[in-house]
Amino acid sequence: MSKLVTDVICPFCGTLCDDLEVEVSDDGKQILEVRNACAIGATKFLHSQASDRIIRPRMKQDDGTWKDVSYAEAAKYAAKILCEAKKPLMYGWSSTSCEAQATGHMIAEQVGGIVDNTATVCHGPSLIAVHDVGIPSCTLGEVKNRADRIVFWGCNPAHAHPRHMSRYSIFPRGYFTGKGSKSRKIIVVDPRPTDTASLADYHVQVEQGRDYELLNAIRVAFKNGPLPDVVAGVPKEKIYEVSRVLKSGRFVVIFFGMGVTHSLGKNHNIDEAIAVTSDLNAYTKASIIPMRGHYNVTGSGQVLGWQFGFPFCVDLSRGFARYNPGETSSNDLLLRNEVDACFVLGSDPGSHFPNKSVQEIYKLPSVCIDPHMTPTAAVSKCHVPVAFVGVEVGGSCYRMDNVPIESRKVVDPPAGMLTDDEFLKLVLAEVMTIKGAA
Amino acid sequence: MNTITLNLITGRTIQQGVSMESGKEKPDYMKACGIIELDPSDIKKLGIWKNTNVRVTSEYGSIIVKAIEATQGPHPGIGWIPMGPWANMVVDINTYSTGMPTFKGTKVTVEPAENETVLDSLSVVLKACGQ
Repeated sequence: MSKLVTDVICPFCGTLCDDLEVEVSDDGKQILEVRNACAIGATKFLHSQASDRIIRPRMKQDDGTWKDVSYAEAAKYAAKILCEAKKPLMYGWSSTSCEAQATGHMIAEQVGGIVDNTATVCHGPSLIAVHDVGIPSCTLGEVKNRADRIVFWGCNPAHAHPRHMSRYSIFPRGYFTGKGSKSRKIIVVDPRPTDTASLADYHVQVEQGRDYELLNAIRVAFKNGPLPDVVAGVPKEKIYEVSRVLKSGRFVVIFFGMGVTHSLGKNHNIDEAIAVTSDLNAYTKASIIPMRGHYNVTGSGQVLGWQFGFPFCVDLSRGFARYNPGETSSNDLLLRNEVDACFVLGSDPGSHFPNKSVQEIYKLPSVCIDPHMTPTAAVSKCHVPVAFVGVEVGGSCYRMDNVPIESRKVVDPPAGMLTDDEFLKLVLAEVMTIKGAA
Repeated sequence: MNTITLNLITGRTIQQGVSMESGKEKPDYMKACGIIELDPSDIKKLGIWKNTNVRVTSEYGSIIVKAIEATQGPHPGIGWIPMGPWANMVVDINTYSTGMPTFKGTKVTVEPAENETVLDSLSVVLKACGQ
């Protein structure tokens, strides 16, 4: 007999779907089937069952081979490199629970580390823009029930947030949006005709890297001001038409992604997107929501925010919290050779940082805490596999609209495997011993 | 056989997400991300068959990937490598004091490299680190 676990939270993307059903074996050790999840979410659950999963911490030997060690030995090594370093970088935190993040921050306070999360290569510029100009926002529930104009600017949920469109933004029938997709007008702004654009009423093919100009032109068009014939590769007629469609809506929501944060202009692109949103509020109701990537990157920003006052790039090396993206951000620190140890949890900079930064991690004393074998694990000196949060252990997570959701445990982790919070507590105890505070 | 200059952008694809969660050390991850999506007109300019290997080079590095026809096109003049170790060999590392490297909008050249092989993710990273 198998058991069905319902209302399971998906620990993949910031949409944090909460309606998954997972069929598990009677002894609660094996996942048999995952229902309602997207292809990526289902794979995440099923991959936790892989027969070749690494289940013991390992240290890299001089010849490049790995040697199994105990969790206690791995914790000792992690504590040692963190305490010996003048400026250790503690990066990641986006694929773990808020509880583990808080434990990690206690370690960072003790060792004077820099705590940075994946926003640094994702929505960091959005956070900077929010400091600059604020953000008129709402929850995804309001989007589902009220929004009749949806803009996807520089994001492609068909690939990156596969169930976002069916749960919240395009297809669902909400309280005031009873006709589902027929009650909404969809606008996609992207330099490529993406799969999301194929679902749109209007695809605005902006020239790559010219988002600021186009956003600015839309603000002019709101006021019926004059425009050049073509702005950012888009004919002015289309800009006027799109701005009319936006102004005529009852509730406009702009979702934006890496297309604006990764392109030149960065935080200024988002300043302007937020300005478009606040301009729209003169005519109708409008909100703007960043499409957060990792399922709990928003949570990391929240926990850092309420503990230290800043959402990422928090430098504790002087004994108090400092924040200066460009100076205290992971890639800038690595590229300037400013850190002397690297501690990674719940992220894979080995894959997702520019390779020059990865080469710096390779030279440093380093620990990678990750259930998977990843390029980060490959360049680290110590690899500590832990239980999957949201699959093998529960914990608090924040959805992209800053709504906290408690993730659930579905199956037991392999025998003897620690969760990341348990491992972090071992490291913290070792750090306290070294610092003489225990 | 020619060399062409493109504007490179990177980002997620569903195949990148699925293969990443199935194990980044596996061949599927390389098949999903060790590619460059090119507009048919750019493939023609390069003078290659689709699905052949090419060398992508920027000011910041160089990488061998397989050139495939754009799945979300047309986008002449734009090259697309899914986010991952392959793209990150060539992306613009400048953060301009925002903390964010310029992952989209790197000027690259693409040239045929039929006799070269595409490396798996761990080999790409370790080789670049000198191991």
